[in-house]
Amino acid sequence: MKRFFANSRLLSGADSLSIDGDTIVADVQDDAEVIDCAKLARNGGILAPGIIDLGVFAVDRKACRAGGITRVGLMPDQSPVLDDPGIVRRAALMGKPDLWVHPLAAATQGLAGADLAEMAINAAAGARAVATGRRWISDSGVMRKVLAYARDCGLTVIAHAEDSGLTANAVATEGETAMRLGLAAAPSIAEALAIARDVALAEETGARLHFRQVTTAAGFDLIRRAKARGLPVTCGITPAHLLLSDIDILDFRTFAHLSPPLRAESDRQAALAALADGTIDVLASGHDPRGPEEKRLPFADSEPGMSGTETLFALGMTLVHNGTIDLPRLFELLARNPARILGVDAGALEPGLAADIVLIDPDAPWQISGAEMHARAGNTPFDGMPVQGKVIKLWKGGREIA
Amino acid sequence: MPASDHRPAAQIPGGAVFPHRHLTGIAGLKPHQILFLLDEAEQWVDANRAHAKPDKRLAGLTQINAFFENSTRTLLSFEIAGKRLGADVVNMHAAQSSVKKGETLIDTAVTLNAMRADVIVIRHGSSGAVQLIATKVDCPVLNAGDGWHEHPTQALLDALTIRRRRGSIAGQRVVICGDILHSRVARSNMLALTALAAEVRVCGPATLMPAAIERMGVTPFADFDTALDGADVVMMLRLQNERMSGAFIPSTREYHLRYGLTDERLARAKPDALVMHPGPMNRGVEITSSVADHPERSAITEQVEMGVAVRMACLDVLTRRARGVEGWA
Repeated sequence: MKRFFANSRLLSGADSLSIDGDTIVADVQDDAEVIDCAKLARNGGILAPGIIDLGVFAVDRKACRAGGITRVGLMPDQSPVLDDPGIVRRAALMGKPDLWVHPLAAATQGLAGADLAEMAINAAAGARAVATGRRWISDSGVMRKVLAYARDCGLTVIAHAEDSGLTANAVATEGETAMRLGLAAAPSIAEALAIARDVALAEETGARLHFRQVTTAAGFDLIRRAKARGLPVTCGITPAHLLLSDIDILDFRTFAHLSPPLRAESDRQAALAALADGTIDVLASGHDPRGPEEKRLPFADSEPGMSGTETLFALGMTLVHNGTIDLPRLFELLARNPARILGVDAGALEPGLAADIVLIDPDAPWQISGAEMHARAGNTPFDGMPVQGKVIKLWKGGREIA
Repeated sequence: MPASDHRPAAQIPGGAVFPHRHLTGIAGLKPHQILFLLDEAEQWVDANRAHAKPDKRLAGLTQINAFFENSTRTLLSFEIAGKRLGADVVNMHAAQSSVKKGETLIDTAVTLNAMRADVIVIRHGSSGAVQLIATKVDCPVLNAGDGWHEHPTQALLDALTIRRRRGSIAGQRVVICGDILHSRVARSNMLALTALAAEVRVCGPATLMPAAIERMGVTPFADFDTALDGADVVMMLRLQNERMSGAFIPSTREYHLRYGLTDERLARAKPDALVMHPGPMNRGVEITSSVADHPERSAITEQVEMGVAVRMACLDVLTRRARGVEGWA
């Protein structure tokens, strides 16, 4: 099916877009069906690439559809763990056709951090990268082997950056808030220590390394320096660490119990600066829906994580509206860069790439409500927050899905 | 805290002086509200000492002591306090293990509520657990200790002990020594004593000192001898068994060398300085017997006595609305 999207605006400045089947094409084709965006969105809205959410913990199709997400990178922390080709293949097919799931295979067997998992076989089964999961690999020897082996397989290693010796049972970042609440806390340098080691190992092995979340000033400094030296190191963040700080856990709000934990305000400011100066490559939701049985507990007994897919775009727009970044940069963070890390032909509205398209109204106001979410659970620390930016329509591979 | 916040309780009518439904911590209390509770407790000290005719003002009310963590003295103290006031006191010992998972804690709260308790006293091993339960029940909730967070009645009884023995709290130099990191007693005491304008020093090894402690308005010390200089009150904390050998300190004898309160050390404090300990004591570890049993200096048994009085005051004040006491309804 040939389609022609008219009367809208693209991030490139163009005002129309052509697709043929599931691919974007350069030329307008005479027999194309015309989609008049002016009839769909106020002022025709903006056409942007479908969002690629790198590093979700659950395949939540409805929530992704509501959030303008056409592809997700699925974390290996599933039950069973994504460390076997059968499991990886099944995960890759889970969301089709509306949502393409790109499994991130376990870097070590059972994510135990000890023995190498079958990376090449899992890649052949559909895995697009390997990941250490929710945890850091504490054994430096194992991590070195993971990086060296992944390099040979041409796979990026996606790492969690918290030194587990320092974090142990911690549920918060050391500081006044954790001290007042009497919560077990870890110093924020736990992140920089982990990054420093992993970057050194990546440099030595020549592997591509992506930190799923970097959240501290010292962490960003290390990433900045690694990039300046030309190392293939990238990093991501979620809206929570850009818009919230550790005071948001006051009153023992378990919806703000995250991993890594919320940081000091000075770290949040450093995150905003790192987003603006290009140190951060990816903005992801970290989608991890948790029901009341895991969240309506004393803070330390609750599970970390937030439900995030359907608020990812709007919270990203908050950063555009407040002048931290511009709209093209937002979609580099949400689509182009994650596509590069995963090695998929998507993430931008350019000829030859997948026709994953989202039509957005960047200014439409709404209020986040955990109770009204489409996700499996509404555990959002942003409940009640007013935002601007709505997903109007969504096409996956040229097919309208929302 | 500015001095203008200290208003005598008598000047404030009825329930306006203490508008709180629960007592989950010292953190939410204004200085005059802390003083109000201390003033209320004084009458019970006298009554208890005089073996006065029982005051059964809580007659017909059900007090549930839900202890999710082992305790002997605090539980006993709350039970005696309730019974002295005529309440029907029920103790629930919930094994920590059976309440740790899933919805059970909330379910337990809802169950206690359905039994129409009039006041619930809770101790739990997790910080914030008492606050969580308080949101799910209709009656007042009293925190008897939650994790490392707060133990408000301990801070009140300590404040009362200091006020009675030293004449006032404002301006007193109080040294709190020991495992500050894991201590709810230390947190509640820091809040109460700084609110009442005491000069609070905290002392302990770096491994047991939380980050950002100075944000509590206290001065941290690593060296006990320096901290003791000119102290009016020395408050020793209990060192938990599981933290004694290697995890946080090398050994108990090394701890005793650096932080044990001995007669020689105590000589660095003021000649009439008061010695306190929330109990139970590890004699020979954080405190030597000669100091703990010192007839003039040690206030340790008096603390236990004040505990009953303070808890009677808290139970009385928190149930006034439900009992329709004039000015509180």
